[in-house]
Amino acid sequence: MDGNLNMVGYGLAAIGPGVGIGLIFAAYINGVARQPEARGVLQGIAILGFALAEALAIIGIGLAFVL
Amino acid sequence: MHLVSVAQAAEEEFQAPGPGDFEFPPLFGEGTFFTKPMLITVLGALAIAVLFYLASRRATLVPAKAQFAGESVYGFVRNSIVGDTIGRDGRKFVPYLTTLFCFIAVLNVAGILPILQLPATSKIGIPLVLALTSWAIFNYVGIRKHGFVGYFKAMMFPPGLPKPIYVLLAPLEFLSTVIIRPITLTLRLTLNMFAGHLVLLLTVLGGEYLLVEKGGGLAFLSVVPFFFSIVLTFFEAFVQVLQAYVFVLLSALYIAGALADEH
Repeated sequence: MDGNLNMVGYGLAAIGPGVGIGLIFAAYINGVARQPEARGVLQGIAILGFALAEALAIIGIGLAFVL
Repeated sequence: MHLVSVAQAAEEEFQAPGPGDFEFPPLFGEGTFFTKPMLITVLGALAIAVLFYLASRRATLVPAKAQFAGESVYGFVRNSIVGDTIGRDGRKFVPYLTTLFCFIAVLNVAGILPILQLPATSKIGIPLVLALTSWAIFNYVGIRKHGFVGYFKAMMFPPGLPKPIYVLLAPLEFLSTVIIRPITLTLRLTLNMFAGHLVLLLTVLGGEYLLVEKGGGLAFLSVVPFFFSIVLTFFEAFVQVLQAYVFVLLSALYIAGALADEH
């Protein structure tokens, strides 16, 4: 089986952001469930948090190809 | 290189797409700079200029369609991005941030448009320059407001913490704000576009390989990769606009952070 360690590294590195994004959106859903009027305000924060957490997974896959 | 393998139609291994698919030869044979990503960048900039010009001429109080579209984009950046982060002082940054948003969105969406089919922002040079521009702006604005020493003092030594913590906090804050921010801005945008384009290439080339080269009994299985290429195209469209929004939102947040008074 061919492949390289980079991809295994990427797979392991994606665990953290996966959990993080799940937590972020769990908090967003909870917040909107408790107070549906807050949806607009929370949506911006949820998207921001998602992008920041996702950045690490994306850097992982990028460096897996480049290095 | 994949066109070559279609012409041969021999029993070959599937060649997965990789970073080599992002290298483009110069289009008009001359030097090394007018490549496909540059063509897309130039076309995108022209398209934005033309669209905003058409949206703003003969402006009436009750807007017509083009004016409404232009005003919607500008209003979105002005109210929902700058208004919520920097506030009223942010009016002077709205033109830059609107341009940034439109430019990144157009260059990203070029990845799913029929003939262009390359997100020009997947080449690291473009997001690098944009991130460095945002970095220069937020640092300059912060230094101009607080003074050179005051800006770094406010960044590295936020008031109200026990003294020993500053030994750990100050270098980390400096590293995070001055060094890491432009790096993550660049890499987030580039690699999102790189990974998305790569996955689209994988599904389409995989479907084509099953259909043309393997052929025979497995050709009907090519429906699966082609179906996923359609699904992923829609997902890519969402991610492309989202990444443009996130880049601009983070730029606005960094500017707001540089302008913030000490509490």
